[in-house]
Amino acid sequence: MSVSVDPTSVEPSQHQSAPAPAAGGEELRPHAEDAFAAELAALAAQDDRPRPARWRMSPWAVATYLLGGTLPDGTVITPKYVGPRRIVEVAVTTLATDRALLLLGVPGTAKTWVSEHLAAAVSGDSTLLVQGTAGTPEEAIRYGWNYAQLLAHGPSRDALVPSPVMRAMAQGMTARVEELTRIPADVQDTLITILSEKTLPIPELGSEVQAVRGFNLIATANDRDRGVNDLSSALRRRFNTVVLPLPESADAEVEIVSRRVDQIGRSLDLPAVPDGIDEIRRVVTVFRELRDGITADGRTKLKSPSGTLSTAEAISVVTNGLALAAHFGDGVLRAGDVAAGILGAVVRDPAADRVIWQEYLEAVVRERDGWKDFYRACREVSA
Amino acid sequence: MSEHGTQGGDGTGGGDGAGGGDGAGSTARRAPGPLLLGVRHHGPGSARAVRAALDRADPRVVLLEGPPEADGLIALAADEDMRPPVALLAHVVDEPGRSAFWPFAEFSPEWVAIRWALQHGVPARFIDLPATHTLAWGCEEPENENDDENEGNEKEAAEKEEKGEAEKGEPDGQRSERAQDVRIDPLAVLAEIAGYDDPERWWEDVIEHRGTLGEDAFAPFDVLGEAMEALREVHGAGGHERDLVREAYMRLQVRAAQREFGDDVAVVCGAWHVPALRQRTTVTADRALLRGLPKVKADMTWVPWTHRRLSRTSGYGAGIDSPGWYGHLFASADRPVERWMTKVAGLLRDEDRLVSSAHVIEAVRLADTLAAMRGRPLPGLTETTDAVRAVMCEGSDVPLALVHDRLVVGDILGEVPEAAPAVPLQRDLARLQRRLRLKPEAQERELELDLRKETDGGRSRLLHRLRLLGIGWGEPVASRGSTGTFRETWRLRWEPELAVRVAEAGVWGTTVIAAATAKAEADAAGARSLADVTGLAERCLLAELPDALPVVMRILADRAALDADVGHLAQALPALVRSLRYGDVRGTGTHALAGVAAGLAERVFVGLPPACAALDADAADEMRGHVDAVHGAVGLLTEGGEDDSRAGIRGRWHSVLGTLSARDTVPGVVRGRAVRLLLDDGALGQEEAARLMGLVLSPGTAPGDAAAWIEGFVGGGAGGGMLLVHDERLLGLVDSWLTGVPADAFTDVLPLLRRTFSAYEPGVRRTLGELVRRGPRPRGSVAAAVSGPPGFAPDLDMDRADAVLPVLRLLLGPDETERADRADSADSADSADSRVADGRTGGRTDDNDFAGAGR
Repeated sequence: MSVSVDPTSVEPSQHQSAPAPAAGGEELRPHAEDAFAAELAALAAQDDRPRPARWRMSPWAVATYLLGGTLPDGTVITPKYVGPRRIVEVAVTTLATDRALLLLGVPGTAKTWVSEHLAAAVSGDSTLLVQGTAGTPEEAIRYGWNYAQLLAHGPSRDALVPSPVMRAMAQGMTARVEELTRIPADVQDTLITILSEKTLPIPELGSEVQAVRGFNLIATANDRDRGVNDLSSALRRRFNTVVLPLPESADAEVEIVSRRVDQIGRSLDLPAVPDGIDEIRRVVTVFRELRDGITADGRTKLKSPSGTLSTAEAISVVTNGLALAAHFGDGVLRAGDVAAGILGAVVRDPAADRVIWQEYLEAVVRERDGWKDFYRACREVSA
Repeated sequence: MSEHGTQGGDGTGGGDGAGGGDGAGSTARRAPGPLLLGVRHHGPGSARAVRAALDRADPRVVLLEGPPEADGLIALAADEDMRPPVALLAHVVDEPGRSAFWPFAEFSPEWVAIRWALQHGVPARFIDLPATHTLAWGCEEPENENDDENEGNEKEAAEKEEKGEAEKGEPDGQRSERAQDVRIDPLAVLAEIAGYDDPERWWEDVIEHRGTLGEDAFAPFDVLGEAMEALREVHGAGGHERDLVREAYMRLQVRAAQREFGDDVAVVCGAWHVPALRQRTTVTADRALLRGLPKVKADMTWVPWTHRRLSRTSGYGAGIDSPGWYGHLFASADRPVERWMTKVAGLLRDEDRLVSSAHVIEAVRLADTLAAMRGRPLPGLTETTDAVRAVMCEGSDVPLALVHDRLVVGDILGEVPEAAPAVPLQRDLARLQRRLRLKPEAQERELELDLRKETDGGRSRLLHRLRLLGIGWGEPVASRGSTGTFRETWRLRWEPELAVRVAEAGVWGTTVIAAATAKAEADAAGARSLADVTGLAERCLLAELPDALPVVMRILADRAALDADVGHLAQALPALVRSLRYGDVRGTGTHALAGVAAGLAERVFVGLPPACAALDADAADEMRGHVDAVHGAVGLLTEGGEDDSRAGIRGRWHSVLGTLSARDTVPGVVRGRAVRLLLDDGALGQEEAARLMGLVLSPGTAPGDAAAWIEGFVGGGAGGGMLLVHDERLLGLVDSWLTGVPADAFTDVLPLLRRTFSAYEPGVRRTLGELVRRGPRPRGSVAAAVSGPPGFAPDLDMDRADAVLPVLRLLLGPDETERADRADSADSADSADSRVADGRTGGRTDDNDFAGAGR
């Protein structure tokens, strides 16, 4: 199961229950180490287990921070990640063995969220971040130059602009690289030396930066994007990989979707639409069935379309349907309001996905009790 | 350690515990009483501990929990050809289906004890309640029918097997008996006390993963024995009522051994039984418990076993889900995790995954750290699996599944020496052969079966089942006389090596039907293509294996759902529908089959139109074959039942054909075929067909496509021409089109048409030519309204008609009064004359019938 809120959300719900941000409180979205400063402090204070060098707390405490629990003195740690314990344990252990951690998953599985909280718990700082894009230059991972300095005084340490990774190496902190597979392959490979030799040479100055103990790197990458800039096997070898799964049960996913839809709906000032839960359940069911390639009752196998059909997409389908129902419908979320959205989410590849969708309609939806309206609505939009 | 005192004290001897004390490791023997080694069946740690304890104690006899009928078979365990995993199989003599298994793996403590005894020349004996009683217990159960071929009996047999298994592995807590759900799981209780939620894990941590046993080889058994004692004090028999009887028997046997060998007796049994064996009871009390037990005549043998069956996921589960891992733990002398990771890396490399030594190192490190983090003494299977997934499999479960399948469970197949007694499958076969009066003969002979007769039906089923098992005694051949579905012809020939095949097939079950069912299910799971599974479904129906059918159907449905190639689906459908029809004939329940067939048809309908786009000529031809096959299947499928669902299938098929016929991207041959099939089904009017044909043959269409359309429309295979011969309506359509082709276009179309029609057999070609020469009957023509029958002019040729008149007058006589009827007779005479004239025309251009017809 993924974390209960979308990490990219405007205001994650945990923040409401969390202590107020330490300073200012005006930030749209405070960093994890600020938002949960009290929990982190309580954990660190009561942690009597051995800590790896420069870790703020022991691996056990990090796992507790992510999974939630109650400390001996009664401090309640809210769960940051709702999902298999195994995943968090492997992730934390990986960081403790000084191997780099690669979090994989489809969009909306809380990769960024987990990486931010891991960094906050381990190093107390989640800001040493490199955002991977198709245009990420080598400087973003190694170092850049302050050209004014460089021209005035020639190459020196002062003219050097360190990257977040370089700073993390020097200070023994946790660096984060977001969307690793979006970074061009030649830039990605700069990480190889950093991860294997734990050193960053600066040939211009004839020196290097050596990582001190405690340095590690968490990268996130999108499963579905593997083809964009696939990691070279040399780089892949430096990572332990943890795949973050999609929500395990339909109920949990319905819960996530309906809560997020509610939040978004309010922020967009959509008129309240009653009784949407059945339709939400239906959307989630369709998404889950197609995604998993098997019907909810486990009887029939299905082909999976090429789209990700993540929880985030289900949310957008329902939000879209709500807007339709509110502005153009009778104010109640009906099958027809979500049908077009679902079709758009499922049929990404016009040839193959359309067949899959029609098979699904004919083999599953048509036969299902109480889904007649939905079947008709889908037939209408697919025709 | 004082535990030894306890052990001695509670034994049959006196209450003196002083001898035990700290002398556990010393050569000073334990206190009087037998050495009780309580184990977990199939536990590698237990096995190692048993070996160490036996080495230390050096007993003069080893007693084992197991059926005493097998005593005579123990010597076979030393045979060179004996390779575990193997199982002791007990079965009722006249009823091979009623059986129980006692499996042994390399790492089973009992196996270790047997081998130890054989190596040291010490007798080994089984002391559990004889199988003759345990098998009879099953007979008391309510659903006890004695019909040989009865399905209920087969089912019961399977349950019996499971039960025997459960009896064996009960300390693992893997009980599967319905009647005794209330039984407690001793290990689960202990694990819960220790704060573990998974009893297996607790056992692994406490017993199996103890690397060194320390100085004291007996300590683990003592501790465990004590724990069990405490448990049994609380729970009594824990719902295992029959255990009391078994334990009484075991006590008697132990006493008997003690009379013979004194206290140099070692007993290897489930830990659960240890307290009971220590208990002091009187011989008479034990005898009383054993009085009046039911009895059946039982027979025992060794059968080969597999790791897969030791795992709990399979039917006979022995209660361990990772036999391969246990085998590894037992076999590797040291550094089990490092060796395991190396094995995993080797496996992944063989599958062409990139796994370096660095991966192995990192995986070991991760596993060790994970174990430390989870507070376990050594990385267990969970930790190693997590590490393998994160380091070697890039977080993916797909290669991990391979690791689980090949290593954690393992593919190891046991072997049994030839000297082992015959497997029950052989006996069952012999029994069936007698009953069906079907003697195995080396000479080849043919056998005609009339399936309506009971014996013949039985024979057919037997032969089909044997074929499924890979025992090729009979081969079906085409029937010579009748082609009815109730007839079968077989060519029988028994070859000596078939006996070996039967022995091999013994792995699958104890009776022919049970073995065939198990084999069919396994085959279905392992089948490569969809068509294989459909074929298998057909064979299951022929062999009448109702229990296998649901499994095969499920796999079939799954395969069909995932197969993206419409061609495969279309190939599978006819066989499936055939099976359905066949099932109907035989009265087998084919409801599930019908559902799957309908689902398959539905998938074909959806997938067909897109699959028909942009095909080259060869692929188009192939696709036309698929369309034909599906059409035939749909016809069979919808035949008979006229309820909504079936009628709906036909309707949807027609709409698919309609889509095909109207879509320009679909190759002409498929489009033509679709129109033709619709026309044949009456779903398309003649006018509409003619319009479509006109459309496709209009000047705008490429000549190649037009000819392909014609080819699709009027066949081109074997039957196409015959259809034209017999269906004058179709001939009329083609003919009227052909006459409508403008003269300059005709020369373009001619070679293509020639290609189409030259595919017909010469006889068909000639008949067609003759038909055209004669001219089809008027009613078949679409052009009749405007131009008369095709090949005929709209009006009479008066000159020719006049020319006949003199002859007619000559024949009929010049009668003025009949002149009034002239017009009428001329009318009929005229058609006759036309035909003659036509014949002359045809005769002149005989080298090409159609050119002649085209005039």
